[in-house]
Amino acid sequence: MRLQSNLDFAARQRQAVADLAGAAQLWRLALALGWFDIRLRYRGSVLGPFWLTLSTAVMVVALGVLYSALFKMELHDYLPFLALSLVLWTFLQTLVSDSCTCFLQAEGMVRSVRMPFSLYAARVLVRNVLTLAHNVVVIVAVWAWFDVWPGLAALGALPGLALWLVDGVAACLLLGALCARFRDIPPIVASLMQIAFFVSPIIWKPELLEPPQRALLPLNPFFTLLEVVRAPLLGAWPSSTVWASALGFSAVLVLAAWLLFVRVRGRLSFWV
Amino acid sequence: MTMPGGGARIEVRGVDVDFPIYHGNSRSLKRTVFAAASGRLQEDARHRIVVQAVRGANFSLGAGERLGLIGHNGAGKTTLLRTLAGIYEPAVGEVTVEGSVGALLDPNLGMNPEMTGRENIVLRGLMNGLPKPAIKRLEDDVQDFAELAEFLDLPMRFYSSGMIVRLGFALATAIRPQVLLMDEWFLAGDAAFMEKAKVRLEDMVRGAEILVLSSHNDQVVLDWCTRVIWMDRGRVKMDGAAADVMAAYRESAAG
Repeated sequence: MRLQSNLDFAARQRQAVADLAGAAQLWRLALALGWFDIRLRYRGSVLGPFWLTLSTAVMVVALGVLYSALFKMELHDYLPFLALSLVLWTFLQTLVSDSCTCFLQAEGMVRSVRMPFSLYAARVLVRNVLTLAHNVVVIVAVWAWFDVWPGLAALGALPGLALWLVDGVAACLLLGALCARFRDIPPIVASLMQIAFFVSPIIWKPELLEPPQRALLPLNPFFTLLEVVRAPLLGAWPSSTVWASALGFSAVLVLAAWLLFVRVRGRLSFWV
Repeated sequence: MTMPGGGARIEVRGVDVDFPIYHGNSRSLKRTVFAAASGRLQEDARHRIVVQAVRGANFSLGAGERLGLIGHNGAGKTTLLRTLAGIYEPAVGEVTVEGSVGALLDPNLGMNPEMTGRENIVLRGLMNGLPKPAIKRLEDDVQDFAELAEFLDLPMRFYSSGMIVRLGFALATAIRPQVLLMDEWFLAGDAAFMEKAKVRLEDMVRGAEILVLSSHNDQVVLDWCTRVIWMDRGRVKMDGAAADVMAAYRESAAG
């Protein structure tokens, strides 16, 4: 192990790469940490992590009945859409808010042992993917109830999910570092996510917008990122505009995260 | 894991460690944005308040050396240990540590108090990249040494501080690092445990490895260390044979 001061960008970049490689080697630790996080949260409860499933189910049914009446839509059309949208959005939203506490939450570990910082990002990702896996049950149950299945088109969601994982790591490194340094950022992020929830077609269908407004949707990164996974699961392939937007926004996110991480990685342990 | 006369080595060259202080409002974005608006961001960044925790540290350690760090509270002993552990990166200078490092710096050692002792052992094994069978052996070894019996399957928040220390010590020494960095907190163990700890530690250090120990307890330092560095306000004030440095330190404390 060698720690040097006043390194140039290239040398710092090599260290950041080594950090990512180190975290990849410790993948079993990341799995264990993420899994323990969920187990601890529900230790001593009867249903355990299936509370996640149950509370999502209650939310989907309640909102589904209410909004199908408000929007005057058939439950048969609306509920599968809503279940899918809500579960996927909950994943994105929790991932973003968890990424803010990615390093802060690990303070004890950061201060007592040298670990790659991207390990903490991997832990957040594992935790959220496990939560998503519990919630997927709700989507499948709704599909089964109404007997609507996306068919093979659902496989088209895989590239989108892969993009989510990359973006998830980037969000953790970017927001994790920013929030460790500036403690005002988590509430800002939380309120932005709240707004994003309402302005993005999650509980309402994009078709409700007039065509000129609908053309603006790809400018919303939350919409396009959601759509690359959601559309295939509803049996459609997202348009190339949607994909271009999702990839473009992801590229900006990854680049920003990388530049910041390379710059501040060595200072993170002073910040948490 | 270690060969006799192994390759463990510590090299500290002109190391400064600074702690930035972002206390109160200065930590928040508000202040920074405000400073930027009034054109003082540049100045603010340069005149950032830092605690100069370690200044110009220079020394090297080879296999078999047992170094004691002494000095008053706030002399920079713990920060130096954390820097050797690779937790804090130096603001100036260079630190090289060759060999696997084990650090007993924090009473909780990054262990999660909500998890059972056993779960924490598994995590520690994974942190060290151990395969499954080795983690099982680690569990057995730690269980024997720490004498926690049925407490091992209870969340750690039910442990007494002595139990936590025993578990932490057993874990850190079970993994057999080539370089062991230890802060004084482990002295919280009871007398019987201290005796046992000493036997185990002696055993470890015998394999031509490095121990760096920070302590306020003169006797512990004299018993365990061959060399002592006396830190004063972040600087190395004296570096030499344990008996010599301890004598000078006592003299200054008495005078």
